[in-house]
Amino acid sequence: MNRRVAVVEKITKANDRLAEVNRALLARHKLASLNLMSSPGAGKTTLVERTVAGLAGKYRLGVVEGDLVTSLDAERAAAAGAESVQINTGGSCHLDAGMVGDALGQLPLADLDLLIVENVGNLICPATFDLGTDHKVVVASVPEGDDKPFKYPTMYRGVDVLIINKIDLLPYVTFDMDRFRSGVAALNENVTVLPMSCRTGEGLDAWLNWLGDQVVRTRARR
Amino acid sequence: MHELAVTQGILDLVLDAARREGGGRVTAIDLVVGELASIVDDSVQFYWDLIAEDTPAAGARLRFRRVPLQFECRSCRALFERKGDVFACPACGHDGVRVAAGDELRVESFDLEDDVPREP
Repeated sequence: MNRRVAVVEKITKANDRLAEVNRALLARHKLASLNLMSSPGAGKTTLVERTVAGLAGKYRLGVVEGDLVTSLDAERAAAAGAESVQINTGGSCHLDAGMVGDALGQLPLADLDLLIVENVGNLICPATFDLGTDHKVVVASVPEGDDKPFKYPTMYRGVDVLIINKIDLLPYVTFDMDRFRSGVAALNENVTVLPMSCRTGEGLDAWLNWLGDQVVRTRARR
Repeated sequence: MHELAVTQGILDLVLDAARREGGGRVTAIDLVVGELASIVDDSVQFYWDLIAEDTPAAGARLRFRRVPLQFECRSCRALFERKGDVFACPACGHDGVRVAAGDELRVESFDLEDDVPREP
């Protein structure tokens, strides 16, 4: 006998459940956390290095690095002074909550103040998979072009903080900052936009202050 | 690009639900996929044929209902479809939108063929 069974369930259900497990674990440790996403080469790892250095002596950082095959990024984060774990996705184009859960098990969560999960460089797939972190942060960079919010609305509409990196290159590339920002603002009225150059350090303080606020706020949570 | 993970999600979800229903062969699955989910139908079917092999859902037909991206103006509430690189509302010109439709990614139903005829 053939019959139709109604289910109506999200395909990402299994991932979302694991994300809740991560969220509960991070909340138990009162650990502020973010999912750092961007296209390849926008400057995520450099931002992580600058962040670890900028918060050294103030906050203890844990970094989960997602990458297809190498451990170069985790080595850079560790060299900068963070507790770091590398996840090699083996070709998968995004991190999922299960992978991050495994990595959390390898970090001394009780000793940390801030967790940064650096996702695989990709503007499409990571947007679909919740990792259980508090905040989503996207790093855009000026050479990528000002049309990206219009091409990747899924990524930009769900983001809490948008860093516009490599602003030191503005004189050399065609990038209409107003067009870019208006595209993002149209999709997302609550986003915090931080123009920055990880190379010159311009704009870095605003980012470090924002992170400090999140650490304090997360600790104060009951 | 993330079709393998999505396909695995569909398979796990459907096999789970089929077990709860008492088991049987899954012959077809109805999926609702929004434009923003960035999923290529053929690619999901390709992975399906590989990973569903040797499961009760082997050979199931995947039926996709695609949902186009639809914006709602945050000011006048007009519904509209995006025109290229412009998000502005065609009714009032306001430049602020909410996604009204197009981010779906779910299984709606499936066809189950019972193994053995049920007891009368």
